[in-house]
Amino acid sequence: MKLVGEKGVQRILMITALSAISSLLLIALFIFSEGLPFIFNYGVGNFLLANEWDPSTGHFGIFPMIMSSVWVTLGAMVVGAPLGIAGAIFLSEYASPIIMKIVKPTIELLAAIPSVVYGFIGVMVLAPIIRNNLGGPGLSLLAGCIILGIMILPTVISISIDSILAVPRSYREGSLALGATTWQTTHMVTIKAARSGIVASIILGLGRAIGETMAVIMVAGNSVNIPNSALDSVRTLTANIALEMSYATGMHREALFATGVILFIIIMILNSIASVAIRNRNAKK
Amino acid sequence: MNIKFKIENLSVYFGKEQFLNNVNLEIEANKILGIIGPSGSGKSTLLGALNRMNELEPHCRTEGTVLMDGVDINSSTYDVINLRKKVGIVFAMPVPLPMSIYENVVYGVRLSGVNDKKKLDELVEKSLTEAFLWNEVKDRLNLSGLRISGGQQQRLCLARVLAMEPEAILLDEPSSGLDPISTSKIEDALNQLKEKYTIVLVTNNTKQAARISDNTAYFLLGDMIEVGSTKQIFTAPLKKETDDYITGRFG
Amino acid sequence: MRVNPKYTQWGAVTILTGATIFTILILVFIIFFILEKGLPVLGLSFLTENPQEMGKAGGIFPTLIGTIILPVFALLIATPLGISTSVYLAEYTKETRITKVIRFGTDCLAGIPSIIFGLFGYIFFVITLGLGWSILSGGLTLAVMVLPTIIRTSEEAIRAVPNSYRKVSFSLGASRWQTVKKVVLPNALPGIVTGIMLSVGRSIGETAAVIFTAGSSLRIPSSVFDSTRTMAVHFYILAREGISSENAYGTAATLIIAVLFVNLLAYYTMHRFIAKRS
Repeated sequence: MKLVGEKGVQRILMITALSAISSLLLIALFIFSEGLPFIFNYGVGNFLLANEWDPSTGHFGIFPMIMSSVWVTLGAMVVGAPLGIAGAIFLSEYASPIIMKIVKPTIELLAAIPSVVYGFIGVMVLAPIIRNNLGGPGLSLLAGCIILGIMILPTVISISIDSILAVPRSYREGSLALGATTWQTTHMVTIKAARSGIVASIILGLGRAIGETMAVIMVAGNSVNIPNSALDSVRTLTANIALEMSYATGMHREALFATGVILFIIIMILNSIASVAIRNRNAKK
Repeated sequence: MNIKFKIENLSVYFGKEQFLNNVNLEIEANKILGIIGPSGSGKSTLLGALNRMNELEPHCRTEGTVLMDGVDINSSTYDVINLRKKVGIVFAMPVPLPMSIYENVVYGVRLSGVNDKKKLDELVEKSLTEAFLWNEVKDRLNLSGLRISGGQQQRLCLARVLAMEPEAILLDEPSSGLDPISTSKIEDALNQLKEKYTIVLVTNNTKQAARISDNTAYFLLGDMIEVGSTKQIFTAPLKKETDDYITGRFG
Repeated sequence: MRVNPKYTQWGAVTILTGATIFTILILVFIIFFILEKGLPVLGLSFLTENPQEMGKAGGIFPTLIGTIILPVFALLIATPLGISTSVYLAEYTKETRITKVIRFGTDCLAGIPSIIFGLFGYIFFVITLGLGWSILSGGLTLAVMVLPTIIRTSEEAIRAVPNSYRKVSFSLGASRWQTVKKVVLPNALPGIVTGIMLSVGRSIGETAAVIFTAGSSLRIPSSVFDSTRTMAVHFYILAREGISSENAYGTAATLIIAVLFVNLLAYYTMHRFIAKRS
């Protein structure tokens, strides 16, 4: 390193350190430059609020996809958030350290399973159960919610655990000393103190669910409509991009990038909220 | 009398807090200067000013001058890396780097680009011998430095400094966590080393200062109260504060 | 009406325990379901033979190649960038506006869904840079995708190196870079390796970002400009187009085993690392 010297090393490191932020800017630049002109030419209202998506006739309304994404994501929260938060509370407050040590990495393995495998399980196991017991096509909003709910568990659990463990011991000891049971302590003191971190875990879970693609394509059925019931087949924003990208050209392709722009904006908003919530958590420590 | 360090009006601040207050002190070459005083008196900060380790802490500010052989070590043209090679330090807690005993000793030398095996071998033997450690570890130089006793680790840290062939050695309470036997070995080593080096020994143990230092300085709350020959400080201190401290009436 | 706190306590603990067990059962079920159906298909010939009729029969050999090459390529790019970013953040600066921007960028990048990476990789690497559907395009896209993981885990590992080591190194006349090279990085290595493993695991399982950038050719690639198909993409195509559920299960089993192996290796490294630290 005599060649460049200390100052040189520092400069090189600083330049490489800009790689992540420049990648982000590059991604934003290219997605937006492909998608934004379309949105303005086609009309923001027409694009976001129209119901008809038919590339062959030049109709590019993504309102059904937006609604589907919203419903799938909310449904995933209903499935995943209570389960995940309950698991996080159990592991951090009630389980012995040994169980925590074994179970936490096991649950994190859930995050390692490829999304196509989740999708496949949804198709082979979940969809038939829904079809046979509740009717409808099986590949549906409900199937999407359940699979995504499972997929966000590791995110919700590990960030919630971190937040709960960040609550100072003295809070709990104070409550226990006043004669509260451990559960009273948990729900009246600990969870309250860990609230912003738990919220962050849910928002990051939301981000993961709304951005998930392959699993949703496989289980949600993919027909373009605003869902009337949980058993309807739906197509999310992500599915819309992935399904048609391989053959889209011209305006159609621009419309798909425009869909990407909307997705990008939603994700950025969710991430910013989550990072503020996490900063609140850390500031409290 | 040969002066190694001449400290003039030295004040050191960390953030808003002042750790040293207008200290003036001369440190003789080839002598052991003992620095005593209760904790928080600025003893360690003084050592940090002599090899500019202080500036690694955030928000450190230094005023006044420190001359080494008549040269201002805080001047912007002074090479701090060279300074640290010339002024070695042994910290209170022994911190061997997580590598073998051998590699610990030659760490600093290798940084200067010395890689000749024979030269390094000689240096390892010489430094470990000077630190009174050679006989205990000569058969296991490849053992991790973390796997020897605390007393041995501290002597390894001393050997690591000696291998640099410095001009001055700073010791920051080097025997605070050690047993009496290890302590006496370190003191034996220091007694021999002062022929070659200037030694500054910070200690909480006034008896240790009385045993081995030639001169002694007493610090209290960032002020240097008094400095003189060890004999004079311990038998006829000029200041009441010094007397209170060494006779154990302090606080 | 007031319920005895003892009963609510008992009820709450039961529910919490139940939720945790249920979560674990889901994981166990997924793994066993895939392995039970897939292992009978899985054999040496399945791994070493070329697929026939688009994967309806035969093995998955070319997809194994793709599954190895793409993550390796991605990590070759992302690892040096990620580590040097983390060294910069942890060793070379205090918290400034620049580090805040870098951290924010890293967090945002980590949250971007893989389909967006797919879109970006397609328009940037495949079209704009003219690299086509290729190992190069796919690898670069994956590299951008795993970069935040590597930055975060490396930074954590670097910060876990005791400060006393740095102090000793500086006191012996080391420069900052020498300290990083000789003391900090060797001691952070296991943690850094864990991050790399997790990234490999994520790359192996990735579909959306790969299918639009590396394509889905079943030929064995002869250069980085050739298209390739990973196991995950192959599995997706087999399952979605209903080509062969038998081979789909076999591919899924291979995929699961590969991903679990890489992740367990990562946890093992991390565990050893933590054990050594304490």
